[in-house]
Amino acid sequence: MAEKISIGELHLSGCTGCLVTLADNYEGLFKLLDDYADLVYALTLVDVRHVPEMDVCLVEGSCCLNDKISVEELKEAREKSKVLVAYGACAAYGNITRFCRGGQWNQPGHEAFVPISEVVDVDLYIPSCPPCPQQVRNVAVMAYLLLRGNDEQKNLATAYLTPLMQLAQRGNEACGCDLMYDVINQGLCMGCGTCAGTCPVRAITMEYGKPNVNRDQCIKCGACYAQCPRSWFNFDVMNNYEGIMDAIKGAMQ
Amino acid sequence: MDVLGNYKSAISARSTDRDITKKSQDGGIITTLFAYALEEGIIDGAIVAGPGDEPWKPEPMVATTKAELLAAAGTRYNISPNLYLIKEATRSYGLDRVGIVGVPCQIQAVRKAQLYPIGLRDVDDKIALALGIYCMENLSYQALEAIVEDHCNQKMESVKKMDIGKGKFTVYTERGAVSQMPLKLIHKYVQPGCNVCLDYVANLADISSGSVGSPDGWSTVFVRSMKGNAVWDGAMAAGLFETKPMDQVKPGLDLVKKLATEKITKNQKNVDARKTVGLKADGTPKGLRNPYESP
Repeated sequence: MAEKISIGELHLSGCTGCLVTLADNYEGLFKLLDDYADLVYALTLVDVRHVPEMDVCLVEGSCCLNDKISVEELKEAREKSKVLVAYGACAAYGNITRFCRGGQWNQPGHEAFVPISEVVDVDLYIPSCPPCPQQVRNVAVMAYLLLRGNDEQKNLATAYLTPLMQLAQRGNEACGCDLMYDVINQGLCMGCGTCAGTCPVRAITMEYGKPNVNRDQCIKCGACYAQCPRSWFNFDVMNNYEGIMDAIKGAMQ
Repeated sequence: MDVLGNYKSAISARSTDRDITKKSQDGGIITTLFAYALEEGIIDGAIVAGPGDEPWKPEPMVATTKAELLAAAGTRYNISPNLYLIKEATRSYGLDRVGIVGVPCQIQAVRKAQLYPIGLRDVDDKIALALGIYCMENLSYQALEAIVEDHCNQKMESVKKMDIGKGKFTVYTERGAVSQMPLKLIHKYVQPGCNVCLDYVANLADISSGSVGSPDGWSTVFVRSMKGNAVWDGAMAAGLFETKPMDQVKPGLDLVKKLATEKITKNQKNVDARKTVGLKADGTPKGLRNPYESP
């Protein structure tokens, strides 16, 4: 077994749901920590006060511009990590914190919350609120293969991670409207229902086979767009679904 | 990859269950496989296109009994967003082993959901059996209504069966009337999303099935994955299908290959044409999104 990679979780303005999601891998988390990754920084889980050097930094939550420490820690994490991941919808797209307007106990002055890519460069997105434990697990295994694997494994990990890196390049705004703009308006929707099945707040219904987004309910988590098979689909990876799933399953045993 | 995808075997088959073949579109493959998988505990339930609130409009449903499967049997040529229920099936229905049937794009969605479970928590390992059906193109409900009521001149509620084959769209009514229209006339009604689809025979399914290539009342079956292979072998051992080798039936695999090639070639052209659909002010090409390149 090659040397482990180091992973940290930086907690900004989020609800800790993303951190809990990491633990939702149950025994899978232990396997990850035993064989593939050292957790070097994380709220409540690791007794480290200052952002250390790490391979992968998962950033949870949006960045509060009124909170000097948040901004500084985010910048520090960027400098000290090889791969910076917007972990969850708040970090990637702002999510529910997009609707903040300050005036809340016990920091009434905190009112400006932005997705982390408005402050630093982000390498990779894991959207959704909360993200899925299995997606974090897959990214962790692939990051391990990318940094410690042989050439073949590096190629697979690169192919796997590319769309998630492209999501980070695409921008920091996402909501149900993206289905309208980038899928339906573009003549790409074929009515599979994935978006409605994915939405964590049930803001999407299928009307005559096409999604209808209740915009008042949408929390801007980006899950529907990222999960849509017509937002992106990499044949090289998905055509080998059986082998890749077996490989991930094997890695976790 | 071949236009027919990876597969372990291709067989011409028909269900031996007469209750099923009475209601099924062709050989009753999907219904029989799900009934078998339910019986054997391979799945706890299957997401299928059940009856909807309007005649011939499907509604995704979770079937947990053979009676429910039978109610959903047969093809309705319009959209059933089956993936809509994929998370619900593991939550409200509490299924640990989910079966799902879909057209090629829906099976692509299933595999994407397994490899990239972005918003579909705890679903990836609960997909126990994904069955695919061949699909050239799909219609919206309103398009189907226009075809049946305007072109074929039949009321939707009086239709007993619809079928596509031999270049024609055929409608059979309860009272025995048969109306037909040439298939090429329905192309203008096809939903645009189908025009960029590069899969005809559900390449990513565990088992996929459709009428093309086999005689009337029979289906052509591709067994594709390890899981699909195990289920197919089990169903065969249980005597649920009568089969013929693919090279001994007419019109055979060549027709499936021909149609798959036609679909993929035509749609690849559409994908390519989208790159240069318009012009920017400086005269350089302005394109639409390519769903296979980047988000």
